[in-house]
Amino acid sequence: MEKLRYALFTGCTAKQSTPEQMMSTVAVAEKLGIELVELTEASCCGASHLQDYDDFLSLVLNARNIAYAEKHGLTMVTICNTCQLNTAMTKHRLDNNEELKAKVNEKLAEVGLEYKGTSNVTHFLYAIIDDFGLDKLKEMVVTPLSQFNIAPFYGCHNIRPSELQNETHKTAENPYNPTSLDDLIIACGGETVDYEEKNKCCGFHVELQAPHTAAVLTGNAIAGAMDGNADWMVTPCPLCHLKLDTQTAHASKAIGREVELPVLHMQQMVGLALGCTPAELGLNHHLAKVDFV
Amino acid sequence: MSIEHKITTQKVNFKVFRFNADEDYLPYYENYDMEVTSEEVVLDILNRIKWDHDGSFSYRRSCRHGICGTCAIKVNGRSTLACKESMNDMVELFGNELVIEPLSTKRAVKDMIIDKGDFWEKHAAVTPYLVADIDENPESENLVSPEDAEKLDEADLCIQCGACHYACPAVAINEDFFGPAAFAAAYRFSADVRDNSTSRLADVNEEKQGVWDCVKCFECAEACPKEINPIGKITKLHQMAFQEGIAKNNVAVRHAVGFKKSIVKNGVLDEGGLVLYSEGPAIVKHIPVAFKMFTKGKIVPPWGITKSENLDEIQKLVKSSSTVKF
Repeated sequence: MEKLRYALFTGCTAKQSTPEQMMSTVAVAEKLGIELVELTEASCCGASHLQDYDDFLSLVLNARNIAYAEKHGLTMVTICNTCQLNTAMTKHRLDNNEELKAKVNEKLAEVGLEYKGTSNVTHFLYAIIDDFGLDKLKEMVVTPLSQFNIAPFYGCHNIRPSELQNETHKTAENPYNPTSLDDLIIACGGETVDYEEKNKCCGFHVELQAPHTAAVLTGNAIAGAMDGNADWMVTPCPLCHLKLDTQTAHASKAIGREVELPVLHMQQMVGLALGCTPAELGLNHHLAKVDFV
Repeated sequence: MSIEHKITTQKVNFKVFRFNADEDYLPYYENYDMEVTSEEVVLDILNRIKWDHDGSFSYRRSCRHGICGTCAIKVNGRSTLACKESMNDMVELFGNELVIEPLSTKRAVKDMIIDKGDFWEKHAAVTPYLVADIDENPESENLVSPEDAEKLDEADLCIQCGACHYACPAVAINEDFFGPAAFAAAYRFSADVRDNSTSRLADVNEEKQGVWDCVKCFECAEACPKEINPIGKITKLHQMAFQEGIAKNNVAVRHAVGFKKSIVKNGVLDEGGLVLYSEGPAIVKHIPVAFKMFTKGKIVPPWGITKSENLDEIQKLVKSSSTVKF
């Protein structure tokens, strides 16, 4: 198989509050022989909040990010569900509206750039599943996670709106019955935990303005995984990780029950199965202690 | 050439929510096994439960054409307009074990029938009608151009089924939150060029109940049987708040504006700086968690933030492309 190459859009979180996500992405890519060209020129995607403030500005900035991936001639790979949504949504809108694309390109021309629409946008989870292949991943597993019940937590922006996201996934994901993360857990040798909250919202985006709503959603998600006898949770979204890993005290208070589980990034789980060391994967950066390795 | 249309059947187990508020203390689930044909929709199954199994089984249905919105229920947790949803699709989606429930089990009155009082109260609270001085004896028609009509973005197609409202996780937690259907209605009239309401946008921008408490999960977009995309309307209401100059200086609004400020400064986000800008002095409540994060290497100080390369490009684009001032 030809070596896979992607333009990596790290998003902001992987460089700040989830450094372990960046570390584990690099470690896993190296193990899988995937080359990542980091888009160091990229700006924040707006995280769905800039879009509330200034839609056109968010389009221009996201188009600029994709334009840099196009300059490399590579598919852009994201490692955050919200970055994935905002980037894919920008691409969808520009590729389906010539007038809007022209307006955005008028601005990009001011800095010598052009959005052409030639690069696809995918999430690292789907790059592994669609492009690398789960069968090939299975063959590379050196430490099967067979002793663990692992609760997948999908995160909203990889699975909804399904119409948009299924444009970027080769295997369509059903938002009511998603399978990608479950399939990845199985490929790593683990047992998946089926629970109602696995495709629900973690509450991250209203943590500041509606802390009670956010805390209940977080609490329900962890409680659902605990009731399913999960040893730990895994998510492809660093924002979900932050909510589930760092907000357990508020969540426990909000739902009237002590809840806490280790919450691994998808890359950390794959890395463990591939034989990476805990240090390489940054497992020491979690608030909910990862004490099983 | 004729195309043969073959009707197929398959066995399905239905686990059906049952509750009669006049008789039952707690709800329970009844099992029904049926041979389901490829021609049937979910409403056919509700009919067969009533006609063939238990005449007391209760549900709402009226038009059977996806227009009245009364038959909305949940199948395996998915909001569904029973008269529109094909059984084949449901089995393909979830397999041969299907759970039939009302839109809200908390608000069940009898089986699939719920008390939609909260839905209608919230609908009424957003001034869901045109506010305009109408000349009772106009000399000509009050015309709306096709371009202006397009601004409604099909929000006028809402059938008030409640599917998005009862799929919304924020509605389930916060009883004050208006919810996606009410916001779609608010947008429908706020976007109408004939509308002169001065209070509607302010109402939907109130803290605790307004658009800023939307969790951005897109459940409403998935649930809507008319593909109205309520969260798209919520986003437009956010934008209107800035465009109309009614956005209040509160934590939610500063959180949105803070992204622009941070992008101008670094290209990427300064996460800690954003929280400080949004919360102001109230940031002290985050100190216990922030301290734990710091000890785990999860907080980067302002001087440690890696700025985007070619930051001057980003700053130039922000300056030339910004359409909103706040």
